[in-house]
Amino acid sequence: MAAGGSIDALSQFKLEPVLGLDFTQSNVMMVVAGVLTFGLLWLGMRPRAMVPGRLQSAAEMSYEAVLGMCTETIGPEGRAYFPFVFTLFFFILFGNLLGVFPFFFTYTSHIAVTLALTVFVVGLVTVVAIRIHGWHFFSYFVPQGVPGALLPLLVPIEVLSYLSRLISLSVRLFANMMAGHVMLEVFGAFVVMLGAAGVIFWVPAGLSLAVNVALIGFELLVATLQAYVFAILTCIYLHDAVHLH
Amino acid sequence: MDLASAKAIGAGIAVIALSGVGVGIGYIFAALVSSVARNPAARERVFGLAILGFALTEAVALYALVIAFIILFV
Repeated sequence: MAAGGSIDALSQFKLEPVLGLDFTQSNVMMVVAGVLTFGLLWLGMRPRAMVPGRLQSAAEMSYEAVLGMCTETIGPEGRAYFPFVFTLFFFILFGNLLGVFPFFFTYTSHIAVTLALTVFVVGLVTVVAIRIHGWHFFSYFVPQGVPGALLPLLVPIEVLSYLSRLISLSVRLFANMMAGHVMLEVFGAFVVMLGAAGVIFWVPAGLSLAVNVALIGFELLVATLQAYVFAILTCIYLHDAVHLH
Repeated sequence: MDLASAKAIGAGIAVIALSGVGVGIGYIFAALVSSVARNPAARERVFGLAILGFALTEAVALYALVIAFIILFV
């Protein structure tokens, strides 16, 4: 927090081993997210009631929402990729949401985690495209209806934009999560520093606390939105892979 | 000029990028409002697209913010 008058905003992202093992709190949160996702679906779907209860509704709604996202974006072939997109969406969603709780760790705030996810997504998309279209896949980098003289310029740009998905997808998620938590830390430190500065500063300290409360709500929005954006962009890339253009 | 003040000025310059993001987000929601006004039935579909565009634009703001943080804290 506020150490010696300066705000140490980045130390909250430091990895600490748990119980002296080669296993950090980030890995613990990943396990928790996996268990929660599994628990939501398994416990939610156990009653198999015609009229679903609350947990079953949540499980069914999340299933239908992701399935709708897949089939609307990719097309009827999207069903094949539904399990992958569902896993990805819930891994990121629970990672983002768990990070909002105090003393919890946001594993999606590390570029190592988001880049690993992105490398897997882009690799899978490329493999899918090559498996479906074979050598024809490389026509993806040649825009149609373009004069031949422009191709030496456009093909490198297309290849570059294909590869830049790796950066844009991973940095978007990581930056959203990191910036949000740094903002919470900065405003939290303002509360402590202003509160310690004297009674007249208690009003701005209270305002800062109010901003922090609003920011937590905003973080909940961003957490869901970024999981959605990651999943829908994966769907869009898969659509490109399945249909080429 | 000492390093600390240069860092503070640099971080301030880095977030000038937010002006472009402000314009972009304004455009997105202006287009959302006018399209919903023209065809209220399309609200559900258009809203999802607008939120996607908002998230993509907001990410640009966060790139600038990350650069500012790197200048300030790293």
